[in-house]
Amino acid sequence: MKEITYRQALNEALDEEMTRDNKVFIFGEDVAIYGGAYGVTTGLLKKYGEQRVIDTPISENAIVGTALGAALTGMRPVAEIMYIDFIGLCMDQLNNQVAKIRYMFGGKCRVPLTLRTEGGAGRTLGAHHSQSLEAWLMHIPGIKVVMPATPADAKGLLKSSIREDNPIVFVEHKMLYNTKGQVPDDEYLTPIGTADIKKEGKDVTVITYSRMVLFSLQAAEALEKEGISAEVIDLRTLLPLDKETIKKSIMKTNRVVIVEEDTKTAGTGAEIGMTIIENCFDYLDAPVKRIAGADVPMPKAPNLEKIAIPSPESIAEGIREIMK
Amino acid sequence: MYKVSKDEAIKLLKQMMEIRKFEDKIMELLAKNIAEGGSHLYAGMEATGVGAISALRPDDYITSTHRGHGHAIAKDGDLKALMAEILGKKTGVCKGKGGSLHLADLSKGNLGANGIVGGSLGIATGAGLSIKLQKQDRVVVCFFGDGATNNGIFFECLNMASLWKLPVIYLCENNKYGMSVSVERASSVVDLTKKALAFDMPSESVDGQDVIAVKEIVSKWVNHARKGKGPSFIVSNTYRYYGHSRSDPRVYRTKEEEKFWKERDPIVLFSNKMMEEGILKENEIKEIDRETDKEIEEATEYAINSPLPDPEDLYTDLYV
Repeated sequence: MKEITYRQALNEALDEEMTRDNKVFIFGEDVAIYGGAYGVTTGLLKKYGEQRVIDTPISENAIVGTALGAALTGMRPVAEIMYIDFIGLCMDQLNNQVAKIRYMFGGKCRVPLTLRTEGGAGRTLGAHHSQSLEAWLMHIPGIKVVMPATPADAKGLLKSSIREDNPIVFVEHKMLYNTKGQVPDDEYLTPIGTADIKKEGKDVTVITYSRMVLFSLQAAEALEKEGISAEVIDLRTLLPLDKETIKKSIMKTNRVVIVEEDTKTAGTGAEIGMTIIENCFDYLDAPVKRIAGADVPMPKAPNLEKIAIPSPESIAEGIREIMK
Repeated sequence: MYKVSKDEAIKLLKQMMEIRKFEDKIMELLAKNIAEGGSHLYAGMEATGVGAISALRPDDYITSTHRGHGHAIAKDGDLKALMAEILGKKTGVCKGKGGSLHLADLSKGNLGANGIVGGSLGIATGAGLSIKLQKQDRVVVCFFGDGATNNGIFFECLNMASLWKLPVIYLCENNKYGMSVSVERASSVVDLTKKALAFDMPSESVDGQDVIAVKEIVSKWVNHARKGKGPSFIVSNTYRYYGHSRSDPRVYRTKEEEKFWKERDPIVLFSNKMMEEGILKENEIKEIDRETDKEIEEATEYAINSPLPDPEDLYTDLYV
């Protein structure tokens, strides 16, 4: 094992897959000379050249559409939308073309397309650079939605995404790029569609993903001292949801808290919670609880931004409430 | 001036007749409620699709539009599988999951019709990028209508294609109306070829009712693209006989205008020209007509008698 950052882990995944398969190419705004807005593609232009690491115009809809055309005709693009906030600009291509084309064509094509983007609050960038829009994506049959929280998962899941013949939206978090973690030295893949229990516990299940995994683990650690044993499930993939892992945990704990950074109304927690009601109702000793982002555009002011999303403290408080 | 051989004349005429009779048949099936849902018919525009695709190799790509039956037929589509698809049948080219708006056959290089105006411009541009990255000598013909030239993705894609010299022929089928709104009422520039100037892309217009003229001009730009010289923009001036879709009463255009265009019918024009030049005889044309009638009847019968998909097909073909 070695300790590297989330950013380095993503970079290694891209590097390894580009070496392995010459059909893989990187395509997006500022990905080549600049190395990506958050530095994830640093060094790849030098290593692979401008035919495989391509700076595009600021044309999100065409980036996604063009990546789709390339994927349909023999290439394996890794396209990038710099901020998830810009996904509205390419939602037609993503929702109407990328997600539906295989089904519409009766299964007679493959779409080996990975669309990397990043989201989340934490850098006081305001309402256009801080959103968590993954619930929009979860609502689109035909794509898969991957949101890793740790360097090891980021690397293993990105490699799996690039090898998939289905379109993947791979959502990173801007506050995770500098976080460090243990990553295996040898090559490995992390399966898409499987959650990971990041901390075992017996009293309450905390279901979360992306940066909120780190906050939930902090909360769970604090609660151990109060005698509350929380199990923290990192979903890692939002679509498809790993319903089995969720159910097994709730059968054991009988209580569940969902922690999500996106705005609460019709957010990811709404879907996850309803799935739990449908599948696990008989095992619940308390109502499903959501700890979610405030239903407001993300404010600039650092104090407001902080309280617009869950914190380790608000998560711990929520768990205490459900344990009463 | 391009000299057409007898074999080629037969092929071009037959394809145009197939499209016309196919579309007339679809209209008949819609009227009888045998075909359900919507359908945008290509009748009147045959010379554009047939002429353009006749300039391609079988391994070249096309992308199509919401008015895509003609393109699918011209790109070597199977009439039975296309008709069955429009009726939503399991034997359809997309197993009944696509329908009229999503006819596609990747095995023939048809990357698909599209339900979104301008929706296939990205796919065409990406296929062009893919050809370039894989160092192939294929080309892409990207069909779209006049309406799509007002859509954002049109500008994004033409810019990219010109910037990277991609082998894409952007072929605008200017049939004068985006649903009911005329080009004059929708576009600040009525001469649509000017829109390519912003991207330093060569552009020209062609009489879209003249199959040979379309073939000639598309061939020229296909050669240009195959040599790595980049994309081009062609405006083919044409007209759709039917309304936008079956529910369209066509109140936005005049009977005189419709008459003007029907006097320039691409099939009649080409038939007359071939007879004048002594390439085809009248009885030969009648024979092609009869043969095509028979094929359309067979395709219709096949489609009507084909089964619908099974309920369990609902969840198949979504993911690999």
